[in-house]
Amino acid sequence: MTTNLAIEASSLVKTFGDLRAVDGVDLAVPRGSVYGVLGPNGAGKTTTIRMLATLLTPDGGSAHVLGHDVVKEADAVRGVVSLTGQMASVDEDLTGRENLILLGRLYGFKGKAAKARADELLGAFGLDDAATRLTKNYSGGMRRRLDIAASLVVTPELLFLDEPTTGLDPRSRNQVWDIVRALRAAGTTILLCTQYLDEADQLADGIAVIDRGKVIAEGTPGQLKASVGNATLQVRLLNPEQRPQAEQILARELGAVHLEPDPSALSVQSPDADKGAEAVVALSRAGISVAAFTLGQPSLDEVFLALTGHTAETQEEEEVKA
Amino acid sequence: MSTDDIAIRNALSSVPRPPRPGAFNAAMAFGWRGMLKIKHVPEQLLDVTITPVMFLLMFTYLFGGAIAGSTGEYLDYVLPGLLVMSVVFTTVYSGVSLNTDLTKGAVDRFRTLPIWRPAPLVGALLGDAVRYVIAGTVIMTLGVILGFRPGSWPGMFAALALTVVFSFGVSWLFTTLGLLLRSPSAVMNAGFMFIFPLTFLSNAFVEPETLPSVLEAFVNVNPISIMTDAARGLMAGDAVGSDVAISLAVAAGLTAVFMPLTSHLYRTRG
Repeated sequence: MTTNLAIEASSLVKTFGDLRAVDGVDLAVPRGSVYGVLGPNGAGKTTTIRMLATLLTPDGGSAHVLGHDVVKEADAVRGVVSLTGQMASVDEDLTGRENLILLGRLYGFKGKAAKARADELLGAFGLDDAATRLTKNYSGGMRRRLDIAASLVVTPELLFLDEPTTGLDPRSRNQVWDIVRALRAAGTTILLCTQYLDEADQLADGIAVIDRGKVIAEGTPGQLKASVGNATLQVRLLNPEQRPQAEQILARELGAVHLEPDPSALSVQSPDADKGAEAVVALSRAGISVAAFTLGQPSLDEVFLALTGHTAETQEEEEVKA
Repeated sequence: MSTDDIAIRNALSSVPRPPRPGAFNAAMAFGWRGMLKIKHVPEQLLDVTITPVMFLLMFTYLFGGAIAGSTGEYLDYVLPGLLVMSVVFTTVYSGVSLNTDLTKGAVDRFRTLPIWRPAPLVGALLGDAVRYVIAGTVIMTLGVILGFRPGSWPGMFAALALTVVFSFGVSWLFTTLGLLLRSPSAVMNAGFMFIFPLTFLSNAFVEPETLPSVLEAFVNVNPISIMTDAARGLMAGDAVGSDVAISLAVAAGLTAVFMPLTSHLYRTRG
């Protein structure tokens, strides 16, 4: 069966006791794209990925990965996917090189070929110097790079990346992002689970927002932002004393004004860019000096808030309590 | 495009995919992983070397005089039993280390590989078999140093080989336990709660004739007793064929039942 979809899931369900961790998830991931699954901790992202990667059997619904049924043709699925799990999927008691040689052998490379492949990947991922060190002594960023390298011992058609940058410093995060972009450019389909809205915005061609086991919105990053509608106008004044006056004008022009913690800053929702621009002009006509203003599309944080009625953080706390 | 970018793209496209490894090669790769762990974490060999030494010294010199009249005579009786006991005890660690493995992410990757399903388990146990050999060799060497003389030297090595095969079968019991229980310490506790009485209620340390009749009946059918008899026979050079055959059959039976069970649990555990 050939299809243009790398992943086709319908009504996937997984329950753990009373908890419906995944509660009817539909996904359609085009081949060759980076597809983001976005949601807070406990939303069901990892459970979804584990079903698609054949680690968990769904309790309901069905899913095809590259045309193979994840339950009936699990072995065929395993032959074309790689998983970089949320916990680093490397063996901490082995060196980086040994980890890659082991996987090389498990993918069918013989002795010398497995070593050559390991060295090639260590070089490509900037890990030559750390090749003979035990991975338990790696930094988080190095471990993550090794982890991704381990997923590429043979080139997968589909790569599952479960929260690849959680816990990484900004520099390591950027390295991982570069790797994801390089993989996409080389034609690998990537399913990227993340709780960082910024990350999905940066990397994904399409996004499904998951909350409490359900897909609550789907589309490109741009579509999701547009669905929230309003752009946000943020204004910084030269003189904080003029803020009450600026607040009045913006409220008249656009509506409820949000006063930022910074005493010279205000923000307000604007139905479109033109109205926002007019409001800035109105400020300047009234003699209020504007130091800077931005008129941007809403961030995915705001998208999430608008879609779920709560922020990612509040749900995380609820999940911990549950 | 950055140099990293180019390097990664080259690495992606450079090699054609080899054919999948066979069951044997996959298991051997995991066996190699077990060897590497011994190399990098040698302290994990302490339990399999120190414990047998302790038991041998303790039993010989503490109980030997009381049980057999002299330490030398008791050593002759107890050494085959201690060989069986120390190696069988080591099998509990197979379950413990499998359970420890499950708490790590590496297992998730292994489970998504297109390989013979039981390969990670068979490979790990092949690696563990090396530990069994080490534990057995320590006991036999120390026994000889303390004055044990087998009736047949080749028989002594045959006894070690049989004990390792027997223990390979027993270890499937503990890998099953390792997949059913939550924590490594739970596996350790449950494992020893089972293996401790089973080993002591055997003919490894005392002649069954000295026991109350109900106990004696149990001791005589205990597979550990039969395995110990086989080891004694081999070392003395007058092995009873049925003892050896039953020991091998027990190993085969345990493997036949608990290997598929372990494999199933490994595959389906969330």
